[in-house]
Amino acid sequence: MSPLSYLLQRGTAMLMVPLIITHLTLIIWAVQDGLSAEEILSRTRGSIIWAGFYGLFVFAAAIHAGIGVQTILREWTPLGRLATANVGHVFILTLWLLGARAIYAVVWA
Amino acid sequence: MSAPEKMLKVDIWRGNEKGEYQSFEVPERDNQTVLDVVTYIQRHLDAALAYRFACRVGVCGSCAMTVNGRPRWTCRTHVSRVVKGGKLTIAPLQNLPVIRDLVTDMAQFFDKWNAARGRFVAGDNPKDELAPVSPEQKERTAASAAIECINCGVCYSACDVVSWRDDYLGPAALNRAWAAYNDVRDGDRPGILKAISQSGGCHNCHTHQSCAEHCPVSLNPTFSIAGLKRASLKAKLKGELK
Repeated sequence: MSPLSYLLQRGTAMLMVPLIITHLTLIIWAVQDGLSAEEILSRTRGSIIWAGFYGLFVFAAAIHAGIGVQTILREWTPLGRLATANVGHVFILTLWLLGARAIYAVVWA
Repeated sequence: MSAPEKMLKVDIWRGNEKGEYQSFEVPERDNQTVLDVVTYIQRHLDAALAYRFACRVGVCGSCAMTVNGRPRWTCRTHVSRVVKGGKLTIAPLQNLPVIRDLVTDMAQFFDKWNAARGRFVAGDNPKDELAPVSPEQKERTAASAAIECINCGVCYSACDVVSWRDDYLGPAALNRAWAAYNDVRDGDRPGILKAISQSGGCHNCHTHQSCAEHCPVSLNPTFSIAGLKRASLKAKLKGELK
């Protein structure tokens, strides 16, 4: 793992701590009056704040998980440096695209 | 008529990477070390047994072996402390190629010391640059905490990351690099950060602390590695580490 990968993984972990706490608090608060698609969408639709919040969350999670997967593959499989880096990058891109699509769906679609 | 001698059952690894355990019976003594047991077998039961030792007093670091599943310095490990049901199982150190019986090839261990730039590098003009080093100085205190390594390879054998990655420098080499980095007289301290930031460098450490748990001289290589991580990140953020 390079110093940059290390910095990115630890940095995104630190960034996600308040995001996860906020996300879990929001879930607990949101289900108090029942949980429905309308209720969720009424809060998220057109909200730049929630788009920004979950955009940052998805970005951080994708990088954190991608670097982690790369490390695990390097340690537990015979794959070399280049192969694990490629899988890690594809994983980051896939997670980020899936997350971005979900955000688009609840904010703008 | 005297009581029959109490015997230890000792299983010892024979062969190299491929091999099997061979059982011996060794008389149990008071204040007997594991190295005493191995030496007894070599001198009285099987002269062909290969093992390595030198000082017998915990200084040279050459007698480390795996005893009942844990890497240990055998000259300072009393049998009474590790024996289980009158039985000892003794194998070579893990994570190193086995040459024969209890002897491992330590070449990669010391190659990694060099790769981590654990040696002193003088500056361009060492005489003029010879700085006084106070014992209380922050760097000197950090170096002192890491410097007493005896190169036994116990931490290297205990480390999970070493077992997973061939290129990981390992706790001993990185601990040495931290001691060298804190030598303010060193002429190329950034070179140490570059060396420990390579692909198999300090950032791969998972902080399992097996090295600290097993180190016979109670060093904490994990702490040293954390220091290297901090120093290399600071250098990276300042653009001093390419």
